[in-house]
Amino acid sequence: MGTKILSKKFYNEMIQLEPRYPTKVALLLPALHAAQDEFGWLSPEVMEEIGSYIGIHPAQVREVASFYTMYNLRPVGKYHLKICTNVACCLRGADELVSHCEKKLGIQCGETTKDKKFTIMEEECLGACGTAPAMMLNNDYYENLDVVQLDELLENLE
Amino acid sequence: MLDEFETLFIQHFNDNARSLAYYLEKMQGYTASKKALAMPQDEVISEVKKSNLRGRGGAGFPTGMKWGFIPKNSTKPKYLVCNADESEPGTFKDRDIMRYTPHLLIDGMVIGAHAIGANTGYIYIRGEYTREAKLLQVAIDEAYSKGYLGKNIQGSKFDFDLTVHRGAGAYICGEETGLLNSLEGKRGEPRVKPPFPAQSGAFGGPTIVNNVETLAGIPYIINRGGEWFSKLGKIEKSGGTRLFCVSGHVKKPGVYELPAGSVTLRQLVYGTCGGILGDKKLKAVIPGGSSAPVLTADEIDVIVDIEPLMKIGTMLGSAGIIVVSEDYCIVKLIRRITRFYEHESCGQCTPCREGCRWMEDILDRIERGKGREQDLALLLEVADNMSGKTLCALGDAAAGPVISFVKKFRADFEAHIRGAKCPNV
Repeated sequence: MGTKILSKKFYNEMIQLEPRYPTKVALLLPALHAAQDEFGWLSPEVMEEIGSYIGIHPAQVREVASFYTMYNLRPVGKYHLKICTNVACCLRGADELVSHCEKKLGIQCGETTKDKKFTIMEEECLGACGTAPAMMLNNDYYENLDVVQLDELLENLE
Repeated sequence: MLDEFETLFIQHFNDNARSLAYYLEKMQGYTASKKALAMPQDEVISEVKKSNLRGRGGAGFPTGMKWGFIPKNSTKPKYLVCNADESEPGTFKDRDIMRYTPHLLIDGMVIGAHAIGANTGYIYIRGEYTREAKLLQVAIDEAYSKGYLGKNIQGSKFDFDLTVHRGAGAYICGEETGLLNSLEGKRGEPRVKPPFPAQSGAFGGPTIVNNVETLAGIPYIINRGGEWFSKLGKIEKSGGTRLFCVSGHVKKPGVYELPAGSVTLRQLVYGTCGGILGDKKLKAVIPGGSSAPVLTADEIDVIVDIEPLMKIGTMLGSAGIIVVSEDYCIVKLIRRITRFYEHESCGQCTPCREGCRWMEDILDRIERGKGREQDLALLLEVADNMSGKTLCALGDAAAGPVISFVKKFRADFEAHIRGAKCPNV
């Protein structure tokens, strides 16, 4: 094994977690989360290193990572906007938020701006239906949104 | 309506309630687990059976009976897993329990773990709830530091370790065996049953999976008795209070707590939630998360609980009530719901994988005004080919709503097909 890409912090976290599970493979989801926190996405090299740490084939890491929507298998922008467009949010105007975002940033859902600042995605139910429409900006929830608030939020990020 | 009884949860839904100090002082914190740990396991289970507590995750299975399925003589390690995936669209109650009263959940889990003889527990929380996962971890750390978790809990010689495990965005992980696979570091594909988790669940050990609200009710049952809890419910075979999540076109959406079986859907929508947004007419209500077959405006004089809703062909599910007013396109709505199931189908079972895609395609063309006269029959046929023909309930969750929408709002679909436009918008 060459030089490690993942940080000491990552490995310390894994060492702490390991006794919590009867198998090492159970560390896979926590490991993918921790790695993504470090790099913003999961590159093939990162997944290979996770595989070799856990003792599974890189293909097995990829098979799992690609099953879950939260793991980014491609780089995303510094600000990752995930707008819920599921039923409750749609009933409360989520479509308008999406089209406003797309227009303002000049990209379609699933794309990243050229300056790598913003990625927009449509998201499935976030479990915030009582305060719809809702979205996530990186790890944080924003709820009861309207176009004006979204504008303010985006401008403060620029 | 809320003032007439003491709520178990909602009165504590504020930012001050999440500390251990508050839990100890205002909610008889950890007295329930202390009491339960001194009781024989069978006695704890029998108290929960008496309470008529039914699972709050969607299936409504009696909790005490579920706990009783754990084999006593198994030599394998047992596990208690809390299902905090809360992924059913329209459901958002468990988030409040976790962020406002995390200790209540931990207390309930200690009791459950003792009852089934598990020394290890996990809270499987949906990945998006990052803040809630952190808040839970803070509460767990507090509980460990004061001896409410860990070794020899409150001097009882009982050990219980509890870990927060984050999901990563997959609806199917709310299905208990999909959840267990995900916990084990695999794709969250549901397993073939039997064996059921109580025989062979997490890491091959006997396992109980319970919803957040279910487990959070347990401390009350132990402290105040199963009978007391049972009597909170105003309907046979359903004890306690219930958290209703109301969303969509109502004036006051949110989480409401009412005695089980005490209200009709009409009272909930027009009373508790203040009626329809903009005083418009009601078009439809989805009573139990987006998997539940839809109800028309004429069908809402029904008690919102498990049996009454089942009798009229729908379900209470996770009590996620989605309200739709007259001017929203019903075809657009069911197409969006179906797109969700298409996206979330794990792909293991052909009827679900292919059926969801077909239904989405057909609904999509009907909505775009490109539907054909024979499409409604085709849609029902596809749905019929999915119902009851898959390993888990996702196939039914996708097919049931489509069947109900087509049957109950046929005129809306026909208007799209014949007039190539929506009659409501």
